[in-house]
Amino acid sequence: MNTTAISVTGLHKSFGQTQALDGLDLAVQSGEVHGLLGPNGAGKTTTLRILLGLLRTDAGQARLLGGDPWRDAVALHHRLSYVPGDVTLWPELSGGEVIDLLGRMRGGLDPRRRAELLARFDLDPRKKCRTYSKGNRQKVALVAALASDVELLLLDEPTAGLDPLMEATFREYIQEERQTGRTVLLSSHILAEVEAVCDRVTIIRNGRAVESGTLADLRHLTRTSIAAELAAPPDGLDALPGVHNLRVDGTRLHCQVDSGALDGLLRQLTAAGVRSLVSQPPTLEEIFLRHYRSRETAEEAR
Amino acid sequence: MSLDTVGPAAVERGARGSGWTSSFAGSGALIRLILRRDRIALPIWIVMPALLAIGIASTFTNLYPTAQTRQVFAAQVASSPAETALLGPVHAPTLGGLVAWRWLVPGVIILGLANLFTVIRHTRTDEEAGRRELLGSTVTGRHAALAAALIVTFVADVLAGFLVAGGLIGSGLPAPGSLALGLGVSATGWTIAAVAGVAAQLTESAGAAKGIAGAALGLLYMLRAIGDGGQSTGLGWLGWLSPVGWAGKIHAFAGERWWILALFLGAIMLLIALSAVLETKRDIGAGLWPARLGPATAPPGLRSPLALAWRLQRGMLLGWIAMSAAYGLLSGYVAQVVASQLLANPGMMEFLARLGGDAQPGDVVFTLFFAALGPVSAIYAIQATLRLRNEEVARRLDLVLATPASRLRWAASHLLVVAVGSAVVLATLGLTAGLTYGFSSGAGAGVGYELPRVLAAAMAYLPALWVLIALTAALFGLLPQLVSVSWIVLVGCLLLELGRELQLVSQAALDLSPFTHVPRLLLGQGSVAGLIGLVAAALLLTAAGLVGFRRRDVSRV
Repeated sequence: MNTTAISVTGLHKSFGQTQALDGLDLAVQSGEVHGLLGPNGAGKTTTLRILLGLLRTDAGQARLLGGDPWRDAVALHHRLSYVPGDVTLWPELSGGEVIDLLGRMRGGLDPRRRAELLARFDLDPRKKCRTYSKGNRQKVALVAALASDVELLLLDEPTAGLDPLMEATFREYIQEERQTGRTVLLSSHILAEVEAVCDRVTIIRNGRAVESGTLADLRHLTRTSIAAELAAPPDGLDALPGVHNLRVDGTRLHCQVDSGALDGLLRQLTAAGVRSLVSQPPTLEEIFLRHYRSRETAEEAR
Repeated sequence: MSLDTVGPAAVERGARGSGWTSSFAGSGALIRLILRRDRIALPIWIVMPALLAIGIASTFTNLYPTAQTRQVFAAQVASSPAETALLGPVHAPTLGGLVAWRWLVPGVIILGLANLFTVIRHTRTDEEAGRRELLGSTVTGRHAALAAALIVTFVADVLAGFLVAGGLIGSGLPAPGSLALGLGVSATGWTIAAVAGVAAQLTESAGAAKGIAGAALGLLYMLRAIGDGGQSTGLGWLGWLSPVGWAGKIHAFAGERWWILALFLGAIMLLIALSAVLETKRDIGAGLWPARLGPATAPPGLRSPLALAWRLQRGMLLGWIAMSAAYGLLSGYVAQVVASQLLANPGMMEFLARLGGDAQPGDVVFTLFFAALGPVSAIYAIQATLRLRNEEVARRLDLVLATPASRLRWAASHLLVVAVGSAVVLATLGLTAGLTYGFSSGAGAGVGYELPRVLAAAMAYLPALWVLIALTAALFGLLPQLVSVSWIVLVGCLLLELGRELQLVSQAALDLSPFTHVPRLLLGQGSVAGLIGLVAAALLLTAAGLVGFRRRDVSRV
């Protein structure tokens, strides 16, 4: 079963003079963990708040679990949980009370799972929310969201305040969620996190999606780094299409190559005799930086 | 050898010296920050007391143009313990004496509240919001924030006092009296600032700190009220316990007693020292009273927006119920004392007739009290309704609305709690006042007769409170950035009441205030139509607010 959990087309939203979303497209399939990647201010939070029916769209379409996020908010919210990016809680309530309250309003939570989550995230539910650190407030919202039996999780930079240990715990849970077939939309500016847990990624910049696909798809669009030591100085590499940033130092060679031109380059290298070869697939970071670098250079050129 | 013995001690002494001064480091920058953040509020509250003083002076000049009319009016006030309890005694039957009498209590309340809110806002509120840590990571000392807030309020209070003095001198009043009156209120205002500085140390929550400081202000006012109203019953000494009482005891325009200012200075120094000691003993962000652990699981009932609204609102409501009970018990007692004195004083019947025809003395006193306490209860109504916007701005609303709770259900839950809460606050006031009055007036008709009447008179204010709740809700739904305008509306209503007393405003303007339409049941004045109109206005405004809120973005700006 491969249905669409979230589909957004041509979404526009502005706050006064600021254009937060400028024709955003986003498609999330049921059962996938989808990363929404972009720096601060790219429009990630605005997208999630529109999907929650907290904001009205100026133009464009948004569908969530087959309904209209604005009109059908109450019905849809039975089927999803949300973790805000900057969690603020009621200072006078304890963490346990907030978890129970949110869970019950969503239609009940599993006490065994609640206890397990509290233990795994190492959270004391008796503390008043005003005494929690940012990371602990985040944990309260995460436990409340993960303990509910819902189809869709909307997570806005959920690990921003967590320490590395808790970040690892969070990733384990997301893997489990994937096993049970839940859909997750995870916004983040932490590339390693998206790379570790997401099936597909949408990169957003200035309120638009600039790239979307599986990690493999995205990597395909970019270059592999090659470092090689050869038996003899190579020949004719300059003429090869798709080879960039070539540096030859005697028999040593560094270059970057488009995924489609990899085969041709390797033939040339083996012809010269390969002593050692290191090839690095492009990281999400490079993809990301490429998009943001290109904007900067475009702006400089203007 | 000498290095070993002298060195460390010298180093320690040096460190302590620099530690003391360094605990104020950054105060200058923080003062500039306060001036920037309060650039609108500060000038308003600095000028307001002076405008009020000038207004009263010009009105009294017209109302009581001759020495004889002033004598008569002063005698009327002096023979009414109710007026004396509410506003204090008239110290001299001159224009200056009357202006000082009429202006003193409103002046103290305006400056007191302004000082209270300013100090808490720049100390505990910042700390609770975590802004203090941001500032604390720059070069700011432990006492810097409190010192900055107290320095700003000191300068503002002195400016306000001098403006009052200048305004009164400009109105033709003697300079020494004008200055004594202005500086007396400046000193009271700054005392309240110092009280707020202590309150800011005690709890982690800014709301609770405001509550503590507000209760302290209320207590100081009541001590003065009992002291001034109970001169004849031997309770006069209570007034000396209260800085709010000292402001009157300075006797402006009646042989100024400048040494009273030294009393203020002593009290302020004690309070500041106390807050500094408390601040040294606690951690940043923490209160002196540590937060206790809460339950690990929620009680079974906490499962709906209404249950959450009740949970969030109940603390403030219980505080107001306690305060209403205290005021009710006091006013019932005072009404009885006053009524018996009035009955023994035939000369007062003319004064009574002016207020309420052939009404009973006790009924007139209650009508005066409720006319003051009704609008005071509106502070609860507005403050509690503003929780809607606070939840939204703090983004806790996002969490609630991401569950299957609808916007309508969430907003209606809070409004229901406030609407019922206002009824309970007024009922508490009416019940306690009726009980003490009924039981203490031996010659009267007894509790069975008085209690329902007094209760009904207090409850008559409920529709007016609902209008203010509904107005706040309408602003929240339609113009969320301007939701605080409801405070300005309440202040406007109070100024209209004052304007009515001073005969400055027309009936058309008075009709704008919901309190104008509250029937004075004990005097047999007012109509049911007025009440129905208020309820209708409340329903309309609420509906408009809810419709607006359903259509707009949930936003924090």
